Amino acid sequence: MPVANVQVSETPQVLYALRRADDALILGHRLSEWCGHAPMLEEDMALSNIALDLIGQAREFYTYAAKIEGKDNDEDKLAYLRDVRQYRNLLLVEQPNGDFAQTLVRQFFYSAFADLYWRAMMNSRDATLAAIAAKSEKESAYHLRHASEWIIRLGDGTEESHVRAQAAIDHLWAFTGEMFAVDAGERDLIRAGIAIDPEGLRGRWLNTVSGVIGEATLTFPQNDWMQQGGRVGRHSEHLGHLLSELQSMQRIFPGLTW
Amino acid sequence: MVTVLNRNAELRQRAWDAAASVVDPEIPVLTIADLGVLRDVVVDEDHVEVAITPTYSGCPAMNMIALEIEIALERAGFRRPSVRTVLSPAWTTDWMSEEGRQKLRAYGIAPPQASNSRRALFGEQAVECPQCGSGNTELLSEFGSTSCKALWRCKACREPFDYFKCH
Repeated sequence: MPVANVQVSETPQVLYALRRADDALILGHRLSEWCGHAPMLEEDMALSNIALDLIGQAREFYTYAAKIEGKDNDEDKLAYLRDVRQYRNLLLVEQPNGDFAQTLVRQFFYSAFADLYWRAMMNSRDATLAAIAAKSEKESAYHLRHASEWIIRLGDGTEESHVRAQAAIDHLWAFTGEMFAVDAGERDLIRAGIAIDPEGLRGRWLNTVSGVIGEATLTFPQNDWMQQGGRVGRHSEHLGHLLSELQSMQRIFPGLTW
Repeated sequence: MVTVLNRNAELRQRAWDAAASVVDPEIPVLTIADLGVLRDVVVDEDHVEVAITPTYSGCPAMNMIALEIEIALERAGFRRPSVRTVLSPAWTTDWMSEEGRQKLRAYGIAPPQASNSRRALFGEQAVECPQCGSGNTELLSEFGSTSCKALWRCKACREPFDYFKCH
């Protein structure tokens, strides 16, 4: 007996919390796929730790989304009982792990953004968002440093690691534009001092990213065409496979608890 | 009236002491009071509520700690205890007590340093080896066996050790 998806009343505020939650959950899940497979023990632990931080952040945002929605949903239902088209995460975070370079470049692009984003959100007029941001920004600072060190090590490492890191940047670059896009509902929340305007972070993000990429002897792709769709539920083919694994237990045994 | 107030203060102290006896399941030498995780205890007639603040967003020890607090309070005679999580202000290692830092060091974990250079993307940190006290140490991995620890090595006594990172 298949379990029905939950319906979510996506007011701008609910949607705003949901998008943050989905980003963190999906990226956290991707990183957890490395558990037991990373190239060395320290990295296995690092990626698992970062995954834990992200899933913890996701839980806070889901819980808040469910609270402001005020219906019957909770963090588990939102995570386990929505299908691909109901997910609101960035396309960047659902991209497959690929090789180690691809995982770290994805992390680097996201963490460089999240670090600025959470720091800005600490001043949100919404006290809960500000509180979640204050926790998250401490974590993202470590995530960014970890990823940055690896970008430099890979780029300025061997010929092979350089080629792979450059290929990862070239491949993932087109997914970075979506981080800076907002819709009309989010624009209203920005005006109300609740949401963060990502456009105001673009210069500093580019600064951090180009600084590290330059030190790593890597370059940006010339192509500036950007892919979008995740924020409104138009995903790449990869998300469905990820969700089928992430949700399998709740789909087979509805309401299962530990 | 005065008696009621005293009685409440005494109850609150008893509840606080019970909650404060709960230890971190990952670092059992530290109580949640040492860690600064225990924020507040509110007692009214037949109910006690304990406020705790999470250390790391995804720290699995937090669920365990909340459960242990309820058990400790029930054992101390409080019925229907509840635990509330407060996110703001965000927990910081600055809240760790001096006693907690000494216990950590004795346990073989280097206590957190002042956190003012955390923002530097590639900042230098100076961490003392909890075994021999040497400052001649190096970072092996920013992420260790739990969310709160990094893995370091002492170049003087050659021992690896955990460092409780600044947060």
